[in-house]
Amino acid sequence: MQVKAILQLLKKEFLIEWRQKYAINGILLYVACTVFICYLSFHTQRVTVSEAVWNALFWIILLFTAVNAIAKSFLQESRERTFYIYSIASATHVIIAKMLYNTLLMLVLGLICTVFYSVVMGNPILNMGLFAAVMALGALGFSGTLTMISSIASKAENSGTLMAVLGIPVMIPILLMSMKVSKNAILGLDWAQSYDEVVTLAAVDLIVGVLSLLLFPYLWRS
Amino acid sequence: MACVGKEPYLCQNQSEVLSGRIKHLIAMKHNWWKFLSILLIAYTIVGGFLFDAPRLAILNETIRNLYFHVPMWFGMILLLTVSIVFAVRYLSTSRIYYDRLSSQFARVGVLFGVLGIVTGMIWAKFTWGDYWSNDPKQNAAAVGLLIYMAYFVLRNSLIDQQQRARISAIYNIFAFAVLIPLLFILPRLTDSLHPGNGGNPGFNAYDLDSKLRMVFYPAVIGWTLLGAWLAQLNARTQQVEEDIEELENQ
Repeated sequence: MQVKAILQLLKKEFLIEWRQKYAINGILLYVACTVFICYLSFHTQRVTVSEAVWNALFWIILLFTAVNAIAKSFLQESRERTFYIYSIASATHVIIAKMLYNTLLMLVLGLICTVFYSVVMGNPILNMGLFAAVMALGALGFSGTLTMISSIASKAENSGTLMAVLGIPVMIPILLMSMKVSKNAILGLDWAQSYDEVVTLAAVDLIVGVLSLLLFPYLWRS
Repeated sequence: MACVGKEPYLCQNQSEVLSGRIKHLIAMKHNWWKFLSILLIAYTIVGGFLFDAPRLAILNETIRNLYFHVPMWFGMILLLTVSIVFAVRYLSTSRIYYDRLSSQFARVGVLFGVLGIVTGMIWAKFTWGDYWSNDPKQNAAAVGLLIYMAYFVLRNSLIDQQQRARISAIYNIFAFAVLIPLLFILPRLTDSLHPGNGGNPGFNAYDLDSKLRMVFYPAVIGWTLLGAWLAQLNARTQQVEEDIEELENQ
């Protein structure tokens, strides 16, 4: 029954996304523009991009994409629709569905970003498996924090700015650890070398997820 | 008699206010920790500058900053923890009283954080050579301050009192949970100039005869109590201001 309710809510998210294609198209175009600007700013000046710069740029693009993509998960909900869902679904189900949906969204965006970024900036990654793993953990962490922040920001005035101001500092631990592991992946180091960071990243993801589940019902009530 | 144990300004008539205030002063049983705080800080300042300290290369006399820089961080963490406890209590009771305390403890915690960064930067200039040395703990501290400044921006952008209290309590708890790995786990995974990180020996190694500890632990307690006192005074002032505003509106 619980799983069924969550799946229904997840289906609702997909349907809304499918019906308003402009939102997802906007985000895709955002990724494309940012990647292309990076390409233009480095390659037109004939600067070779080192692995460290490649890595840092990649995660910064992903960070801002995440902020923009996940911001809409609560900001774009109309008042009437929020009240309707409030009356038929429980808060825990809503947040789980939103987080799952945003994680999937981040994975898809991350994949597209990686492909496009690799095409224009070159692909120095040697340990692809580790890179995919850190992408997945990063996507989970980004969606966990930003879903919660988006629901907080949607309650306040001036929520666009607030989304970035509240979200970015909170994401820094996840971002720093992801950057470290993905740098190890680029350099082709063994899995064992990044074991500590991967475990910590997973633990932070877990903390963020559990806290969102615990705190969201209080937010939902207002 | 109605005023004993209560805040004096809550009393109805003037004579009660006065007698309540006197009784409050005489009672003192709630105020012992304020005297303890003053005593401990006085001891820290006198002992910290005059007692014998280990003589070490590079650190030299700057080792005395241990009594001022490090207690700021201990104090910040403790005050922010108290702020979280009040945030949780607010969420379970919806009493504005707890929200006021929670936000004021966070404010004093941030003040301690700023003082910690400033004292740390001065210390870093003399021992590491630069005010900002790209040390993971320095960076983490700066990010921590960003998180809490965002908390105050959030508070100011919400107008309704109950809603502001609830939403900022939620963000406070959420942000604190992220701050903990940032301050305590990440610096241990990378190289750091701070003692006890990245293969450096902990401060215990410099303190073989426990000379530093004799001032350090009282310093931590003294500064933290001072912070709690500040937060309590702020919360009371805020309450008085809100009460006056309410009376004027009636």
